[in-house]
Amino acid sequence: MTERPDLATGGLRERAETLGQSLPPLLAEAEMLASTIMMGEHGRRRAGQGDEFWQYRPTHLGDSARMIDWRRSARSDATYVREREWQAAQSVTLWVDPAKSMAFSGAKGRVTKADRARLLAMALAVLLLRGGERVGLAGGGVPPRPGRGQMLRLLAGLTEGGEDYGTPDANGIASHGRAVFLSDFMGDLAGVEAALARASDRGARGVLCHVLDPAEEEFPFDGRTIFESMGGTVRHETLRAGDLRERYLARLAERKARLTTLARAVGWHYHCHHTGGPAQPGLLYLFRALEGGR
Amino acid sequence: MFMIGPIGFAAPWVLWALAALPVLWLILRAVPPAPIRRRFPGVALLLGLKDEDNETDRTPWWLLLLRMAAVGAAIVAFAGPILNPQAREPGTGPLLIVMDGGWADARDWPRRVDRAVALAEEAGRDGRVVAAIRLTDAPGEIVFQTADAWTGRLAALEPQAWLPADHAGWAAVLPDEGFETYWLSDGLDRPGQAALFEALAERGAVTVFQSPRPVLALHPAGFADGVVTVAASRLPAGEAAQVEVSARGPDPAGVERELARGVLDFGAGAGRAELALSLPPELRNRITRFEVVGQRSAGAVSLTDDSLKRRKVALIGGRDDAAEGLQLLSPTHYLRQALEPVAELIDGSLTDVLLANPDVIVLADVAVLTQAETDAVLGWLEGGGLLLRFAGPQVAASDVARMAEDPLMPVRLREGGRTVGGAMSWGEPKTLAPFPETSPFHGLAVTDEVAVTAQVMAQPDPELAERTIAALADGTPLVTRKAVGQGQVVLFHVTANAEWSSLPLSGLFVQMLERLAVSTRAAVPGAAELEGQIWVPEVLLNAYGQEVEAGEVAGVEGAALAGAIAEGPGAALPPGLYAGAERRVALNAVSGETELAAAVWPVGTPVEGMDVVPEQALKGWFLSAALVALMVDVLASLWLSGRLTGMARAAAVMLALMLVAVPGGVRAQETEVDPGEEALALEATTAVVLGHVLTGDARVDEVAEAGLRGLGERLWERTSIEPEAPIGVDIERDELAFFPFLYWPVTPGQQLPSGNAYRKLNDYLRTGGMILFDTRDSDVARAGGATPEGQHLQRIAAGLNIPPLEPVPQDHVLTRTFYLLQDFPGRHGGAPVWVEAAPPDAEQVEGMPFRNLNDGVTPVVIGGNDWAAAWAVDEMGVPMFPVGRGFAGERQREMANRFGINLIMHVLTGNYKSDQVHVPALLERLGQ
Repeated sequence: MTERPDLATGGLRERAETLGQSLPPLLAEAEMLASTIMMGEHGRRRAGQGDEFWQYRPTHLGDSARMIDWRRSARSDATYVREREWQAAQSVTLWVDPAKSMAFSGAKGRVTKADRARLLAMALAVLLLRGGERVGLAGGGVPPRPGRGQMLRLLAGLTEGGEDYGTPDANGIASHGRAVFLSDFMGDLAGVEAALARASDRGARGVLCHVLDPAEEEFPFDGRTIFESMGGTVRHETLRAGDLRERYLARLAERKARLTTLARAVGWHYHCHHTGGPAQPGLLYLFRALEGGR
Repeated sequence: MFMIGPIGFAAPWVLWALAALPVLWLILRAVPPAPIRRRFPGVALLLGLKDEDNETDRTPWWLLLLRMAAVGAAIVAFAGPILNPQAREPGTGPLLIVMDGGWADARDWPRRVDRAVALAEEAGRDGRVVAAIRLTDAPGEIVFQTADAWTGRLAALEPQAWLPADHAGWAAVLPDEGFETYWLSDGLDRPGQAALFEALAERGAVTVFQSPRPVLALHPAGFADGVVTVAASRLPAGEAAQVEVSARGPDPAGVERELARGVLDFGAGAGRAELALSLPPELRNRITRFEVVGQRSAGAVSLTDDSLKRRKVALIGGRDDAAEGLQLLSPTHYLRQALEPVAELIDGSLTDVLLANPDVIVLADVAVLTQAETDAVLGWLEGGGLLLRFAGPQVAASDVARMAEDPLMPVRLREGGRTVGGAMSWGEPKTLAPFPETSPFHGLAVTDEVAVTAQVMAQPDPELAERTIAALADGTPLVTRKAVGQGQVVLFHVTANAEWSSLPLSGLFVQMLERLAVSTRAAVPGAAELEGQIWVPEVLLNAYGQEVEAGEVAGVEGAALAGAIAEGPGAALPPGLYAGAERRVALNAVSGETELAAAVWPVGTPVEGMDVVPEQALKGWFLSAALVALMVDVLASLWLSGRLTGMARAAAVMLALMLVAVPGGVRAQETEVDPGEEALALEATTAVVLGHVLTGDARVDEVAEAGLRGLGERLWERTSIEPEAPIGVDIERDELAFFPFLYWPVTPGQQLPSGNAYRKLNDYLRTGGMILFDTRDSDVARAGGATPEGQHLQRIAAGLNIPPLEPVPQDHVLTRTFYLLQDFPGRHGGAPVWVEAAPPDAEQVEGMPFRNLNDGVTPVVIGGNDWAAAWAVDEMGVPMFPVGRGFAGERQREMANRFGINLIMHVLTGNYKSDQVHVPALLERLGQ
């Protein structure tokens, strides 16, 4: 009787340590992924980071005289206005589906959807934090804050487990902020709809990132099969799985279309990301989608 | 035994289990394949979807059928199926096994014996008594005994080299009580066979076994018009066939070997075929036997006797015959006529013909020989020659052998000779007296047509009587003979032409020459020629056609031998070679007239082939089929349940291909382009690839490969040559043309290249390839010749077109193709390296640092510095072997690498660097 708690605590400590060990690699991976973006088109645009100067532009009608940069204007005949970069920081709220369904991987050696979603989220966070934005997690656990220290808090805030299928949590999304939902959206879409409604009510815009495993896209099954959800709560038995493929794919397409419609209705972006491919295109899309809205 | 068609079952009751198959069908049909559990988040999208076809929860019918087949095959297998089971009704009463036992049985004697033993054992199991007879034996009492008593004796029976003849005798000794007969016949018909069959049939049922294999009989070879003809008969005369005949005899060294070979073409339906062999006399004289290749039977062997041989006879006449018109008076004219068809005649002076070592020298009326000639002829006589002399006017007039006996004359001669029956003399011409028994001419008929009118007379000496082998009716010697060493001198006391007697005109003259073995006759010797002599067998043939020593056997009368030659050999006169006084006669199992006739059995006689279809147990096949069906079932079940994915699918496909394509795969290798060859060609030609010759020593090959890999890496690093991974080259099989450079480590145990490989290697060297021979022994050897590797290199190089070599001269282009080098160390150093020698006219031109040396690339570089070991690096690029010590060692390794780079540069750029020396001159000429 006395050994049980020990075992439990030992198991807990082990898991905690394992998780702790996995965090820095995840962070490092996220940093690395983020740095590939830095090297791209966006990196040049941000070459004056911290510098307030943005650009000189010819004065327009309606510019007040005090906005004119005389030092610049004195070098030419025209007058110029010195524009500053918009320094107002955005609040970006990330929601990474913690449900069990995300733990699925369709093939040996392929990352799970949860891993990929977390990686995308963290890499995005790295980019945004470097850009001076505030990043937090939905659900109110980790409120949006700037600074590199926020990374560790975000890491700690990313949880796992829970229900079979997750529902987006709109709590903690700052008004007029940005939000990113990373999930497989396999659960009831009503929850997604509700969360989107709440978020758009607050004026927040963002991205629905649909993370799918290639197996879910292809349905490469055949023969007599009992399908179970990751938690085992839902099951479906078929005698010839191959026959279901067409109908399954139709349903999946329908679901994607539904999500796209939902997102477009509230001014969000919808993106479908596959764990079979590299993470970079997904990150690129997310980053540009957030940036475009600015 | 329970039979279904040709298949019988050992345990037919097991087949009842087949009745359970429908039950199994129902059970299997009711149980669907087990489902797979899959974790799949997408299940949420599947909820509510119905299967289209509800029937599929049953196992599909073809899978059921497959399983049924597997189970059925297993059941049938355990029922012990046997194809063509031997089911024979057991007989009753005594059993007589009749075997022909002649040479015609020898071709499949073991099977006949097996058959007889099987019959005897079977009869023994039924409690019957058995007797076995061999018709080639002399008829004797037939005693029925238990089968046990016979089986051992049957196995020890051997066939005889002749055919059974005394059927009547056997019919006479048959016991009176009834018995059953199995006759193992050789398929040939013989007189009396039908009668014997009748006699046997009277006593009980007769079953005949007859082998379907053809009987081949080789007839004695004949010789006519310079061509040896060999004929053979066969039975049955079926489809067109070709039979090879081999002529065997001693070669000049005395070893028996095949001297000639020909093919007998049997046309379709033809029972006889002939073959004409044109052979040079030297070869023909040595033939001792003809045999059908691949046939073990006395009938397929034909011994040759003297009838094929042709003596070499030197004819030397005394007078120079000037006038053509006097040809009939020429002393050698009749001899020439008599001998030309049957002997090789040699003309020329005595000293000349002695060089040809003739068998016989005929001196027709030659009286005086010089001392040198006499000595030479005596020497030749001692060695076994036959000197045949004829008298004549010159002999009669000369003083030869007057007072003392001449060594080349058998007797002393009286002066002048005598003439009888002429116009100026008394008396009638003399006729011949019958030949005495001691004479070689004994048995020849004396005719009255021979008349002697003149002769030289012998002095009455003590030896005269025993030296006379033919005399006239009045007792005066006509032919005298004397032995000299192993040879003999024979003197005809008359001339060789018709001047003194009519002997040369008669047929007797030819026969006498034959008896003296001066000539031989092509035809089979007739009774007349054989009679009167005793013939002793020298070599006998057994039934399998093998020669056995005759041993001490009593000779046979010539008449008996003549009879045997006409009628075929028998127990008293087995086939073989019989030697008479002067010649040898072959008695063959098959004579020239032998005709093979198929045995005819009365209608209704059961005739079985020797080869009844053998029993074949099918249990293994059925079990294998069941196993294969179950394996297919495993794959099919996996496939059906969707578990056959990825690797499993690939494995399944491989397995299926293996099952299906095993027989086809063998043939695939016979196609024109070997896929492996093509792969090698692609691999070797897409980039520069260094090759090393596979020695068969795994360690050496490994080091060679690692060495070339290391050298390749150095080349990548330092030069524009970028070789791919080296390839081991099997010089016997692989194409060499793809490789600019071959490294050949020499091991003493290496097999010498075959002729084909040498041809390829020489082509390779001639067309610009280079081989670096490395004996790897310069640490223990100097000058390269003493070590086993060096000796083996000499053996290998003996077959190669290697130009003259010299140690690398100081100004060789190899010293400067990339690095400037003067030393070429490998793992060892200091030993000279040999390359193609510079042309002798190469001279150093004033102002040039180098000679203008040979234009091409040296085809070989030979050394013993074990370069591969110095170059060798492992997978990590770390040197595999230490070289030298410390920094100096590393320097040596570097030098070895530089040598390798220079060498490859030399191979690929030729004498480019040599031409570089002209660049300043060229630039100057261009005015720059």
